[in-house]
Amino acid sequence: MERQQDYVLRTVEERGVRFVQMWFTDVLGTPKSFQITPAELENAMQEGMTFDGSTIDGFSRVQESDVLAMPDAKTFQLLPYLGGGPPVARVVCDVVNLDGSPFEGDPRQVLRRALERARELGFSFFVAPELEYFYFAQMSGEPDGVAPIPLDRGSYFDLTTNDVASELRRQTVLTLEDMGIPVEYSQHEDAPSQHEIDLRYTDALTMADTVMTVRMVVKEIAAQHQVMATFMPKPLFGVQGSGMHTHMSLFDGDNNAFYDDSDEYNLSPVARHFIAGVLTHATELTAVTNQWVNSYKRLIVGYEAPVYISWARNNRSALVRVPPTKRGKRDSTRIEYRAPDSAANPYLTFAAVLSAGLLGIEKAYELPAEAAANLYELSPAQRLAEGIHALPGSLSEAVDAMERSELMAEVLGEHVFEWFVRNKRAEWADYKAEVTAFELRRYLTSL
Amino acid sequence: MEPLLLFPEPAPPPLAQALDLSGYPWKAAVSIEAADRIEPDDGWSGAIVCADIDPDGAFALCRSLRKRDLPLEPLLLLVAGSQLGELELREDLFDDFCVTPWQGQELEARLAHLFWRTGRGTRPDLVEYGPLVLNLETYQAALSGRPLDLTYMEYELLKFLATHPGKVFTREVLLSRVWGYEYYGGARTVDVHIRRLRAKLGEEHANLISTVRSVGYRFGQSRWSG
Repeated sequence: MERQQDYVLRTVEERGVRFVQMWFTDVLGTPKSFQITPAELENAMQEGMTFDGSTIDGFSRVQESDVLAMPDAKTFQLLPYLGGGPPVARVVCDVVNLDGSPFEGDPRQVLRRALERARELGFSFFVAPELEYFYFAQMSGEPDGVAPIPLDRGSYFDLTTNDVASELRRQTVLTLEDMGIPVEYSQHEDAPSQHEIDLRYTDALTMADTVMTVRMVVKEIAAQHQVMATFMPKPLFGVQGSGMHTHMSLFDGDNNAFYDDSDEYNLSPVARHFIAGVLTHATELTAVTNQWVNSYKRLIVGYEAPVYISWARNNRSALVRVPPTKRGKRDSTRIEYRAPDSAANPYLTFAAVLSAGLLGIEKAYELPAEAAANLYELSPAQRLAEGIHALPGSLSEAVDAMERSELMAEVLGEHVFEWFVRNKRAEWADYKAEVTAFELRRYLTSL
Repeated sequence: MEPLLLFPEPAPPPLAQALDLSGYPWKAAVSIEAADRIEPDDGWSGAIVCADIDPDGAFALCRSLRKRDLPLEPLLLLVAGSQLGELELREDLFDDFCVTPWQGQELEARLAHLFWRTGRGTRPDLVEYGPLVLNLETYQAALSGRPLDLTYMEYELLKFLATHPGKVFTREVLLSRVWGYEYYGGARTVDVHIRRLRAKLGEEHANLISTVRSVGYRFGQSRWSG
């Protein structure tokens, strides 16, 4: 531990770092940070930096509002995207109580707890998310309800020479690589100005930090070019939304615990129980994986977003997809959970999905049959006959399901659970009170 | 690091090769006079004397090195098994010995131990390999003169690999030597960090670290590819 701190201090000195950003995340997945000077850093690493948590979403408590940000020295990293001027570094922090115990409102602690449980069962958890987002022309002033303007009209795998958005994406990927974030793949997505960055797998805690970093870098580089990048789940009517399809696998030491070559799908019993767990509890997780009113505008039929609770190998309408394992590539055996959107809190999302899967393993849930057909094409009666249920259709339904969930109360811990339900109910109430453009268009003159 | 003195000259090829591969600089001398003449300004870092080739010359050289105001150490003697009797009453002339034909690993281990014991350390403060330079004192890494911004674990992993060029390490060995404790990621963590390092080294230099199929990883050129 001390060597890590020593490393950080020496690097700050050698590279002439002028400021260190202390990063953490609120319960809704909004990045938060404050800056300290190198002079404060040594003390910060040993004792933490006190700050008032009452201003942070989900951090407020009745008794004591002060908490400590404890830098995780392993995450210390210079920020290359800030360009010229003296170097700035960041370090991701755990939030702890004044007595040093983990702070119950910190999403990073929620994920740490879930990973600890996986470890007790002998597993380490790896994730590789695909992040979709849009580039739009920058707006002047506050958004006023007018649809944003896409930068281009390209679609899948388009290659145009003067494509500003693709150049932005390229710069973003290079910056990420400079920061030690390997990108598997990046491409223009289906919708106008929609882009995707696929990250290579890593352990879930690092990946949650990484997702926060990627969102920041994408937005920052866009802003440097007077472009707005957004991870809003469904910014445009009539085209795809932005998902965060998340590939997941459990490793048992060096072995992929999801792989079994004697199984016809190469899925081990562990994998089957895990999928069953995720499917069984999918409804309860949805408020976390899709946490905004707008998230549910993405989860509709017809846009490659999952709607029905099912699994399949090659059916992109399924909630859980099992990509085929290439011969001899046992390590790549994984499952893809397709519900989360790019605006989810990655810490809570990874923790929730993992915990549902682990519960499936512990209780040896039975995996239902693979969904055969395109689920969108089944009639309600057929779906009923096959026992296929739908994901919650709105934030309100999702919060109802979450509130009844013992699993979610346990995963999130009482503090986050209670705050989250309250916050999301309030968001729904605000939304319900709104008179929308839809209503005005439809009703104003005709009624 | 200053070179090691080798006796005699020319140095036996297997010895020269072993030292080259483990990264010890050396110079060979044919006599006591030659050893003094070609001695670097900052002195020899130590000596390896082959007593199996020219026993009389070898022991004479040892004696002269030990009679200096600052006796040269460490001094490793290479002797044939049949010569072990000749070491009697010459214990003061050397710090350790190795029986020929010696094995590369044994030689390396004895050298490492000797340097450690005499407080010189085998690790110079600068590790250089091609365009890569690591400054072990300041924890900084640079590639073609451009500083690399590494996290602590990336730095530690690169340092470990770069100080053992040409050697293949399994994930388990890297995990235990570099991380030294059970980490969230298990052995897969190593793959992840290797990829992060390669990303930071950039496309041009990513091949400094190569994957050895179904074994692990190697930094730099293979020891056996000449």
